[in-house]
Amino acid sequence: MVKKVIEDFKIEYLQVLDENGNVDKDLMPDLSIRQIKELYELMILMRTFDDKAFSLQRQGRIGTYIQFKGQEASQLGSAYSLEDGDWMFPMYRSNGALIARKHPMHQLLQYGGGDIRGLKSSEQINNFPISISVGTQTPHAVGCAWASKLKNEKVVSLVYTGEGGTSRGDFHDALNFAGVNKVPCVVVVENNQYAISVPRKKQTAAETIAQKAIAYGVRGIQVDGNDVFAVYKATKEAVDNARQGNGPTLIENVTYRLADHSTSDDAKKYRTDKEVQEWMKKEPVIRLEKYMRANKLLDDKYKQDVARKAKEKVEKEVEVYEKIKDPDPGDIFNHTYEELTDNLKEQYEELKNNIEK
Amino acid sequence: MTKMNVVDAVKSALRNELKKDKRVMVMGEDVGKNGGVFRCTEGLYDEFGPERLVDTPLSEPGIVSTAIGLAVNGMKPVAEIQFSGFIYAPFDQLISHAVKIRLRSSGRFSVPLVVRTPFGGGIRALELHCDSVEAIFAHVPGLKVVIPSHPYDAKGLLISAIRDPDPVIFLEPMRVYRAIKEEVPDKEYTVPLGKAEVEQEGSDLTVISYGAMLKDVKEVLEKSDYSAEIIDVRTISPLDTETIIKSVEKTGRCVIVNEAPKTLGFAAEIIARINEKAFFSLEAPIERVTGYDCAFPLAKLENYYLPDEKRILKAVNKVMSQ
Repeated sequence: MVKKVIEDFKIEYLQVLDENGNVDKDLMPDLSIRQIKELYELMILMRTFDDKAFSLQRQGRIGTYIQFKGQEASQLGSAYSLEDGDWMFPMYRSNGALIARKHPMHQLLQYGGGDIRGLKSSEQINNFPISISVGTQTPHAVGCAWASKLKNEKVVSLVYTGEGGTSRGDFHDALNFAGVNKVPCVVVVENNQYAISVPRKKQTAAETIAQKAIAYGVRGIQVDGNDVFAVYKATKEAVDNARQGNGPTLIENVTYRLADHSTSDDAKKYRTDKEVQEWMKKEPVIRLEKYMRANKLLDDKYKQDVARKAKEKVEKEVEVYEKIKDPDPGDIFNHTYEELTDNLKEQYEELKNNIEK
Repeated sequence: MTKMNVVDAVKSALRNELKKDKRVMVMGEDVGKNGGVFRCTEGLYDEFGPERLVDTPLSEPGIVSTAIGLAVNGMKPVAEIQFSGFIYAPFDQLISHAVKIRLRSSGRFSVPLVVRTPFGGGIRALELHCDSVEAIFAHVPGLKVVIPSHPYDAKGLLISAIRDPDPVIFLEPMRVYRAIKEEVPDKEYTVPLGKAEVEQEGSDLTVISYGAMLKDVKEVLEKSDYSAEIIDVRTISPLDTETIIKSVEKTGRCVIVNEAPKTLGFAAEIIARINEKAFFSLEAPIERVTGYDCAFPLAKLENYYLPDEKRILKAVNKVMSQ
């Protein structure tokens, strides 16, 4: 008889920039001053947009909006590690990542306003349309990465899901197929502590989400998701690994949803102000500012300039959005199939007649 | 030309497309080394290798969801679901994603995916192996639903399905996998999707069917004295309404035979379309001969469930007597 340990595992946690703005120099990723400023400017732009979209919803100028406030570092640090030719599979809370990946903000508002055309991405960048159904997009990224591998393309697929999304079978399928086929894919779990009202502890008894990777033979790491340097470093490493043919990685970004789940939700029903205040201290923008100020990359004037420019940019995008003409009613039939079927042509005529009368 | 059964014809179509287009790949449970539980992919693994004949992990949702990603990024996956009753698990991926990605991306991305699955009863199979699922999928805008009834069409329709730019559910009638043999061209050819076929011309009544039931319908009507026009629907969605209407306008009488449960089965849609477009040509109310609204029974009772000669003839005589 033999009784012995046959498998043992460790999960790393990475933080580079702490909440006081101190950086661990040995862990600091290779980022130029220009890049650090770009990260800061993008984060301010993302938050400015998020706040504006929220107020547009309150004024009835767009429909339901899903804020990502508090998750700027988690989304930017990861999206920033991709090249335009890489694929990104966003979820409904990924507007920040989409802004980082050059998706026009007026299109995000267009989608928020109920026009599907807002999801169309430019041919130059492989941004997939967002998924509303939680976590179901995760295996699409795996299949997409699998295709890149079969075509011998050095292209990576990155997908966002939340900790709630890890409870679904789709998450299991994604990681399982990714591991078996060793595909160039990065699965980013934004663990923002809540799936609407249900806390992280009720999603899984596992100590971390990252350790779930182990069971699939995939690399896993937990990252301080409010630290843009750590997120960038971990994701860049995962993306590079994938690109070099070393297979997939699961990254758990530990972060916090500072806003309600959506504009239809009231988070006060299920979490305390005290808890939110505690996480406010750890939020991603302030700590980056502290770091930049201490390292003379930011002063009051630069900060004001960045804020003003972000505001101007967002206002301009709102103007563009509000000038977009409503879609044609007949558009409801478009893209059901590549070509309209006879049946749809008939229904299209029927719709036209109904409008005319 | 070679004498082929439906299994041979399916294999011939897959081989043709695997050879012709390097984007085509076949994925599923046991489709590789084993050649599929019905042998539809036998020998293809040796010919095309493990990257194109992929034995996947045992998860139908995993097969379909990753196939969607493969299709979006330029591959043409042909996914096999081993038996029709296992297609319910990936239903969410088909209805929420496969058919919606074209719309969501305003046409930038599409999902040229084929999901093949054997279906239908009459082979004394296990539970969940025999479900007729065509109406469920026909209700989903964006899906095409194709059902061959004999080897020639099986090959031509499957080639068309693989070349189609939209997701296609390809339902293979198990009962006739090996029951019909006919001459099938070795070279490539297509049978268009969305076109029904007038299998036999006639003037007394129109009998509409598809899949395994078509063989029974033909045999039963051959013995009757009526001149029946027999239509093989072939593509459930999009339905070739025109061929059906033209025939019913000519005969004025119609019987629809399929083995799925009766309520909201595909016969109901055909009846509705005839009512909309050819009601005044009808000489008698339309009859449908279908399965019952119960679970598909196990072997001991399946023959009571499936439409048989007696039930088909009863319906035919009823429409002819009015």
